[in-house]
Amino acid sequence: MAKAKGKVTFKEDLCKGCELCTTACPVNIVVMNKEKINVKGYHPATVHEMDKCIGCANCATICPDTVIEVERIIEK
Amino acid sequence: MAKVFERTNGLTDKAFHYCPGCTHGIIHRLVGEVLEELDVLGEAVGVAPVGCSVFAYDYFNCDMHEAAHGRAPAVATGVKRVNPENVVFTYQGDGDLASIGAAEIVHAAARGENITTIFVNNAIYGMTGGQMAPTTLIGQKATTSPYGRDEKLTGKPIKVSEMLSTLDGAKFVERVSVHNAANIRKTKKAIKKAFELQLSGEGFGIVEILSTCPTNWGLTPLESLKWLEENMLPYYPLGNLRTPKEVE
Amino acid sequence: MAKVLMKGNEAIGAAAIKAGCHYFFGYPITPQNEIPEYMSRELPKVDGVFLQAESEVAAINMVYGAAGAGARVMTSSSSPGIALKQEGISYIAGAELPCVIVNIVRGGPGLGGIQPAQSDYYQATRGGGNGDYRHIVYAPSTLQETVDLVMESFDVAEQYRIPVMVVGDGMIGQMMEPVEFKKPKERPLAEKTWATTGTKGKRKPNIINSLFIDPQELEDHVHKLERKHEEIKKNETRFEEYNVEDADVVCVAYGTTSRIVKNAIKKCEEDGLKVGLIRPITLWPFPESAFDKITDKTKGLLAVEMSTGQMIDDVKIAIKGKKPVYFHGRTGGMVPNPTDIENEIRKIAGGEK
Repeated sequence: MAKAKGKVTFKEDLCKGCELCTTACPVNIVVMNKEKINVKGYHPATVHEMDKCIGCANCATICPDTVIEVERIIEK
Repeated sequence: MAKVFERTNGLTDKAFHYCPGCTHGIIHRLVGEVLEELDVLGEAVGVAPVGCSVFAYDYFNCDMHEAAHGRAPAVATGVKRVNPENVVFTYQGDGDLASIGAAEIVHAAARGENITTIFVNNAIYGMTGGQMAPTTLIGQKATTSPYGRDEKLTGKPIKVSEMLSTLDGAKFVERVSVHNAANIRKTKKAIKKAFELQLSGEGFGIVEILSTCPTNWGLTPLESLKWLEENMLPYYPLGNLRTPKEVE
Repeated sequence: MAKVLMKGNEAIGAAAIKAGCHYFFGYPITPQNEIPEYMSRELPKVDGVFLQAESEVAAINMVYGAAGAGARVMTSSSSPGIALKQEGISYIAGAELPCVIVNIVRGGPGLGGIQPAQSDYYQATRGGGNGDYRHIVYAPSTLQETVDLVMESFDVAEQYRIPVMVVGDGMIGQMMEPVEFKKPKERPLAEKTWATTGTKGKRKPNIINSLFIDPQELEDHVHKLERKHEEIKKNETRFEEYNVEDADVVCVAYGTTSRIVKNAIKKCEEDGLKVGLIRPITLWPFPESAFDKITDKTKGLLAVEMSTGQMIDDVKIAIKGKKPVYFHGRTGGMVPNPTDIENEIRKIAGGEK
């Protein structure tokens, strides 16, 4: 089965730390970045294990603040 | 890598003022995406309510009106009757639509006004700080039902979609929710269909969207999604209540 | 142009359509019903839209929408109905939208009655809505003047981007008089680049709004409205005056009441009395300057209204205490009769007062 590979980017200063995205990820790689605080004073969401991302865009779909952009390639 | 998800041009670049985890932001995005995908941003005229989404006129990337509390369907009627080729929509909360604006929404639907209403039901008054709304559930605490909504005092919550689906003028009535990604996608489909029906001149369409209010529910954003699922879904069943036959 | 014998309410509808108004949103209420009825018959003939709203509240908000979309639009009602529209009128004034609102006044308060009255003067001129706003108020006394003012109201509303109210009373609405429809004088009317007609991808979104959450922005906006009001006061104040400099008594009356006062004045003149009249045609802006012409010869002023006295406040303001101001009025739908007015004039002239 062709394996989808994805990549997500976070506009961190738009994030309000609501954590909705962390529960939507089917491979559970979206976490809150505890080492960092954004301009609003929240821990922004992030992904450390980007290689596991399948580009399904669930995180971006549930994000209320359009923080997340998603890219995807389908490896043959 | 092909970009599969980015901020829609249906929204301006103004950041939302909504509370963390408030699903208004999701619904705004869905409406913006649909208007962009249907390529009608240049024809769209939206009418914002009074409530948390009163600033919607700063967020949607199209001509907008800010209406008095509850009067958006009447304002939209005026706009649509003047320029029928415009794609006219109202974006309203439950206090705005089901309480003070009940007559306006009923008659816009009864007239079969060819507009689209995005109805955000979060079972509470948000902007004013958490008062009981007509959609507040029995037993649910709010700042004006501090002991929990009491049916004997205030009656039972209004099921707007069921109510409006009795009106033949309402060609499209669907209740959806945004408490998880799958349902958010269904919500987008319903919004798109409602706007498509307006474009084909079918008449009045309303999408009731169950939504959260973490701040005034006194829950975290994630707990709010769960609360919506466990408490609102049983009372407000999801599904289509009315759609034009041939579109089935 | 030949004159046509028409009922006031219908003449108002005809005037609006002739002035290019193709959108009307109304609701049934006596004594203005013939206006929506007329519009429902005639607007379809000009591809216009007549819509009976579910309430006066909905109707004024439909006007807000239509005006914001760039249309010439009108609504009409009577006293309690105009009370329901006050919030909408405040929004329209705040959002600087042009429209025409007709009030065929009936007796009040509350459900009141359906006979003619002028007891909405405060509501019309002090504004029943919230916030610092004004709107132009015309008070015609004949059907010809009504027709002229209604036609001109659409241009004035657009020139200043402000709601314009035309206040008649049950008589203006219900009586028949010959009228002709003359084109109002040319006015500089800018293109409505602010209207919400859809960006068509060619411009930034237009926003029709009266919310300014930042208090400084709201103050700046209200001061901008205030400058507009000053300009309107300078350019648009209208009144009729008769024999004011040489008068023993000066009457002040508007609308149909002023016609009754004119009869009383004729009677008094037959006995050599000198009686003047100031007839405001704009209730707002009130014609204060007309009162500067009153000379020391005048013993007193007599305000005559179909109310318990509301315009009299503005008369007292305008006369600045120089002369005593007396009042005669009927209300509730009762119409003043010339003899009573005559007796009041004679009392003031004869110094009995």
